[in-house]
Amino acid sequence: MPKPLPALNTTSTGDIAFLLLIFFLVATTMETDKGIQRRLPPMPDENQKQQDIKVNRRNIVVVRINAQDRILAGGVPMDVTQVKDKIVEFITNPTNSESLPEKEMKDIEGFGQYAVSKGVVSLQNDRGTSYSAYLRVQNEIVKAFNEIRDDFAMVNYGSKYADLDEEKQKIVREAVPQSISEAEPKNVSKKR
Amino acid sequence: MASFSMASTSDIIFMLIFFFMVSTTMRETDKLVMVKLPEASETAKLERKDLASYINIGTPVKDKQAEYGTDARIQLNDSFRNVSDIRDFIAVEREAMSEGDRQFMTTVIKADENVRMGIISDVKQELRRCSALKISYSARTVDKVQ
Repeated sequence: MPKPLPALNTTSTGDIAFLLLIFFLVATTMETDKGIQRRLPPMPDENQKQQDIKVNRRNIVVVRINAQDRILAGGVPMDVTQVKDKIVEFITNPTNSESLPEKEMKDIEGFGQYAVSKGVVSLQNDRGTSYSAYLRVQNEIVKAFNEIRDDFAMVNYGSKYADLDEEKQKIVREAVPQSISEAEPKNVSKKR
Repeated sequence: MASFSMASTSDIIFMLIFFFMVSTTMRETDKLVMVKLPEASETAKLERKDLASYINIGTPVKDKQAEYGTDARIQLNDSFRNVSDIRDFIAVEREAMSEGDRQFMTTVIKADENVRMGIISDVKQELRRCSALKISYSARTVDKVQ
């Protein structure tokens, strides 16, 4: 009869596995790639004469951030927390006011006629503006558009934009386009 | 005292390893600049991580400051670069992608919150020139920006 094998001491396997674990902890990152996504306008052709796209004055709201991170939206100095409401009011134009953007009847596939606002938010900054202030304003503007989209989705589909299926989201996107223009860099503040 | 079996500890740790292997990605570049991302609440998740190229902007890390100073610098891959190098960087990144994926290429701008917009405007202008138009301003997601 062969001798029974002595049980292997397995205490150290845990330690070996721990070493592996520590290797993975060091060598990898748990990256959460989240951010505010934006599409830049294409560079105008140099050979082509630059033609100004005629945008009616009432259709544009200028949000300026100067080198001191102060904000001027539509000619009114304001705090960053007020920007969202300003944009929402500007884009939706609830009272159909003359000074706020006009609306254009558009035929949206799968939805029908809808008065799409022609408003454009133009974001201008100074070279000395801090990135955090810039992104906070960007964030507020995106928040405003998200709020309008949520409203539209709530009224028409009874749920929030994020909970809709792909097709309906496309309709909402078409009804409420995110028209934000990031202007060419220029110095907003006056030279002293 | 009877020693109890340690055979299962390795299995437990292995499970932890698997968790980390699945949920993390390999570090691809060393950080040369310090980046504290700004906060934002309306962030969207990057759909395709493999189609992203990263531009880090910030102050050089402590042990590089003697050489590169404390002004904000641009880091592409593993070295400090200038705005003019972005063109080549984008070209190389684009070349590495398959034909059909190129249009979905996203440039992720990871900039420190204290960076001035001047450098970022320059980067944006350069990206427009190379028609890398999809960008994402990397941010920490918070419920409410205070």
